[in-house]
Amino acid sequence: MLNAQQTVAFNGTKEQEAKLMEVINRYKDTKGALIPVLHEAQGIYGYLPVEVQAIISKNLNVTMAEIYGVVTFYTQFTTEPKGKYHIGVCLGTACYVKGSGAILDKIREKLGMPEGSNSTPDGKFSIEATRCIGACGLAPVLTVNDEVYGKLTVDDVDKILAKYSE
Amino acid sequence: MDFARSTVLVCGGTGCTSSGSQKVIKEFETQLAAKGLEKEVKIVQTGCFGLCALGPVVIVYPEGAFYSMVQPEDVEEIVSEHLLKGRIVTRLLYDETVQEDSIKSLNETNFYKKQMRIALRNCGVIDPENIDEYIALDGYKALGKALTEMTPEQVIDVIKDSGLRGRGGGGFPTGIKWMLAAKSPNVIGKYVCCNADEGDPGAFMDRSVLEGDPHAVIEAMAIAAYAINAEQGYIYIRAEYPIAVKRLQIAIDQAREYGLLGKNIFGTDFSFDLDIRLGAGAFVCGEETALMTSIEGMRGEPRPRPPFPAVKGLWEKPTLLNNVETYANIPQIILNGAEWFQGIGTEKSKGTKVFALGGKINNTGLVEVPMGTTLREIVEEIGGGIPNGKKFKAAQTGGPSGGCIPASLLDVAIDYDSLIQIGSMMGSGGLIVMDEDNCMVDIAKFFLEFTVDESCGKCTPCRIGTKRMLEILEKITQGKGTLEDLDKLESLAYNIKESALCGLGQTAPNPVLSTLRYFRDEYEAHVVDKKCPAGVCKALVSYSIVADKCKGCSLCARQCPANAITGEIKSPFTIDQDKCIKCGACIEKCKFNAIIVQ
Repeated sequence: MLNAQQTVAFNGTKEQEAKLMEVINRYKDTKGALIPVLHEAQGIYGYLPVEVQAIISKNLNVTMAEIYGVVTFYTQFTTEPKGKYHIGVCLGTACYVKGSGAILDKIREKLGMPEGSNSTPDGKFSIEATRCIGACGLAPVLTVNDEVYGKLTVDDVDKILAKYSE
Repeated sequence: MDFARSTVLVCGGTGCTSSGSQKVIKEFETQLAAKGLEKEVKIVQTGCFGLCALGPVVIVYPEGAFYSMVQPEDVEEIVSEHLLKGRIVTRLLYDETVQEDSIKSLNETNFYKKQMRIALRNCGVIDPENIDEYIALDGYKALGKALTEMTPEQVIDVIKDSGLRGRGGGGFPTGIKWMLAAKSPNVIGKYVCCNADEGDPGAFMDRSVLEGDPHAVIEAMAIAAYAINAEQGYIYIRAEYPIAVKRLQIAIDQAREYGLLGKNIFGTDFSFDLDIRLGAGAFVCGEETALMTSIEGMRGEPRPRPPFPAVKGLWEKPTLLNNVETYANIPQIILNGAEWFQGIGTEKSKGTKVFALGGKINNTGLVEVPMGTTLREIVEEIGGGIPNGKKFKAAQTGGPSGGCIPASLLDVAIDYDSLIQIGSMMGSGGLIVMDEDNCMVDIAKFFLEFTVDESCGKCTPCRIGTKRMLEILEKITQGKGTLEDLDKLESLAYNIKESALCGLGQTAPNPVLSTLRYFRDEYEAHVVDKKCPAGVCKALVSYSIVADKCKGCSLCARQCPANAITGEIKSPFTIDQDKCIKCGACIEKCKFNAIIVQ
């Protein structure tokens, strides 16, 4: 059932698993360890597929149901891998009143993302409407991986996407 | 320490970092080294100066020259002209500080003149990653005073007498909260927590305090722990604030190293330690009971109160939870006394409040003003008014829990009670300004979308009620609404307010109620005339070309993605309404303002 939702096959490495075990052992005796462990696990794998949840479940002694419940409750945890370029368009209030909604629409249109999907089929781009990233002085703002682009207009979208489209 | 003849302060807050201040710092290092000045000139990365709109911001002391929008290319000039030859680079100065033959002090500029900095007092002044700089400005003196000269009861009395109220939005008297937590019997352990899960979209006060002055929060939490007899604390902070998390961790490590956290602080019996817990992107976790559930590692769903956290909180132990800005006030109150704090603000709201100014305003940024300052002073004087000569329409305070304040109420003195009276609330301090181009129905819909998305789903009024409200709003913005819908919307809103489990649900209808109260005519325009006066709601607008103004250049037709514009060169073009997708591409290209939205 859970597997059916995953679009990309899991291919974690032994090194990643060793790192994850190190994290789990570090937190084993900490109260409320699940969320910090999930944060670090996502840092290691980039996302939290059911296979990773299973490793955590077994070694932290938490049921799969509880882990799945937590992973799906918090928006920062994702069960799908992000694209090579992850675009975050800020939809905080300051950006929204300055037109970031139109920028989000334009990017989706340009990248040909169908409604309901947040990534391009080739896995190159993924997109997210983020909560306020706090760069309100630069509104409207978008980020591509760690790069911040501010004071945007809809016209800037082409230029920015072109940078990543080679 | 080497003596430096000049100090270059570069803002390293999130705002300026996003506009490139890290590259500016690197360039300063390179240029200073190239000129052999690295020993004479010290570079300090500080927290937020407040004027995020002008970032990256650089201040050079002793002259106090305030350079704005500094690009890496400008650094060479500042180094060779100002730092080497002593000639201030006037073209880069913040224009408000430029006087004929000297530079005006920052405190005399409109942006800073009416501000009063208590919570932000060290932001933009010290290097937040260096505990010695905090200590040099009386840091940890309040903790020393509390531990060695005061009993826990005396500490609580000072906070109670000061009149400090919770800065997270609710405005509950802080001293009473501390007293209740202190009174709870200490079976095995109590906790002190800090709410740094600043979730209101467009609010960044707490982040700026943590980025600019993390030790103030640590010191205050230690004082609170002493007052209520706790030994362990947690700071719950959004994972979206990487810079704040990093600086907080550095500050905690430094405090431990100096013996200001840990066992037997200041040689007393008092021991206290702190840990950081990261949020994971759930707005509801800003609610106190949900926050504690999340620290426990579970889905962050709120719990019914009572029992209140002061009785049964984190891991069922008595817990004290305050917001970042509330804590940032504590050391100053302990040092300067309750009377000093009492003297600032209005009758029932004491002290200052930090606001994150954003939206359609010239001076976007962070401001701290005494309670009782009017909205007009904040928007027009400190904020520098609305850009592009547009008209002020509304100010939104309190985020998704607050409301929109219309122009007719600009002169209301802001405090907790006056804002509630006019149907908004203080909230954590986000203040978003809107102009005539913003549609208030669309704004209400925006906030409802936010709450529907963020509702944790535990209680029915919030989970289903807000969804139904959103559906009605969508109907209205699509031009399918009726006058009956407005009444339905209102009664649904009052029902949710009364029956939702937690603060998030109880306040979720506020943006709708306040816009209905002050901007009912806009709702009616959508419903009755099927028009969106601000031209935002796509289904209700149409684009047309004014024949008199159109020169027939065909630029719009070439731009149109739907091929909806046709005509002959040099005679007026027309838009086929059936084909038009209302994207607005044409209007942006037209050089003659010939295309209008109705």
